[in-house]
Amino acid sequence: MEILGLWLAGFFTLSLFSFLYKDNPFYGLAEHVFAGLSAGYEVGLVYHSVILQQLVDPISQHWVNATAGDHPGFHIMKIGFLLFAGALGVLMFTRFFPKASWISRYPLAFVMGNTAGIYLMSELHGRLIPQIAGTFVNLLNPLNLIIFFGVLTTLIYFYFSKEHTGLLGGTARVGIWFIMIAFGAHFGYTVMGRISLLIGQVQFILIDWLKLIKPG
Amino acid sequence: MKTKLPIAIAFLSGLAMVAVFILNPEKVGDMEGELLQWTTVIGGFTLLLGVVSIVRVNWRPVVRRETGWLNNAALILSVAVMAIPSVLPVSWSPLFGTDGGSIYDWFFINLSAPMMATMFAMLAFYVASAAFRAFRARNAEATLLLVTATIVMLWRVPVGEGLFVAINPRLPNLINTYVMGGVNVAVQRGIIIGAALGAAATSLRIMLGIERTYMGKT
Repeated sequence: MEILGLWLAGFFTLSLFSFLYKDNPFYGLAEHVFAGLSAGYEVGLVYHSVILQQLVDPISQHWVNATAGDHPGFHIMKIGFLLFAGALGVLMFTRFFPKASWISRYPLAFVMGNTAGIYLMSELHGRLIPQIAGTFVNLLNPLNLIIFFGVLTTLIYFYFSKEHTGLLGGTARVGIWFIMIAFGAHFGYTVMGRISLLIGQVQFILIDWLKLIKPG
Repeated sequence: MKTKLPIAIAFLSGLAMVAVFILNPEKVGDMEGELLQWTTVIGGFTLLLGVVSIVRVNWRPVVRRETGWLNNAALILSVAVMAIPSVLPVSWSPLFGTDGGSIYDWFFINLSAPMMATMFAMLAFYVASAAFRAFRARNAEATLLLVTATIVMLWRVPVGEGLFVAINPRLPNLINTYVMGGVNVAVQRGIIIGAALGAAATSLRIMLGIERTYMGKT
């Protein structure tokens, strides 16, 4: 099975790389297999970490507690809540039936509203305020001063409610210089990350799979 | 019923999370945990909906023997070989489930992981192609991008770092402090502040029912 796995991995790796020449049937096959395996991976993940861990296991645990006489009212209520959540999840599947697809808006609206509520507070409290607070620290330190001016000019560059002329235009221009340096640094990092992945895959083909090179 | 009720649900569920954040936890109990669990459960079913959808979309070309149907069949087969054994109980066979040594694990290690790495590795070529276009020093801004990216790329490999040390032993440290920890942090922070404001505004629009595109055509 180990050799079969190695050959399959090698075959699909080369098939995917073949796209660099041009689109071809091998790449098409590899692309579809990859998409299918990713979808299948999700099934396993959701089944174990959500359906079992968040729904089935808690329901059975509450049921055991309720039948044991340990605050049965509380546990029955919890079971009711979980069954309700499960029912909302099942309602998502009404999207497959055009006449009833509007029902799926209910669970979707719940998730959207809930997530919006979380984000509203976490973005303001957990990101915006700490980032602003972190910018206004000891401006006599040259590094902190660079960060302060960088943040200020970057924000001004992204301020589009007024035309970038005069002082605003000049500050926005400094902002774009800061942005270009940061994007260049990011770009450099991204290139290095991708190149190291490429080296890893080439090593896999030449060392692990085809054994053309002996590992040093 | 079809529009107003979902808007009311979105408002109330959002308001509940805001209230949980503001109010004393002792007064509201574990409402946050309960609602988050509901969201996780619905989110899980939504992912399954996506999987069923991808199978449905690929099933039609297979049945009709449309062009490239073999690829669609391969996709459905891939979903099946990964998904079906993963949901079967481990008590039936150690090959089932998602633990080490299972079929799910075998396919992940031998196919998913290398293919994922290859997909990302391929981006190296496209990044190189993009770099060729972006790095032409046409103006001051493009030159800044070119110079910084070159410095960072050189700095991240031993030969480049050695070169910088030969010029000035403090140079790698200065790059780390002022480029990565200074200018880069400043711009990231500016973008984060903008994104946080945008996310908060969008969240408020969703809760108030102004943003309702998630419901589709209403």
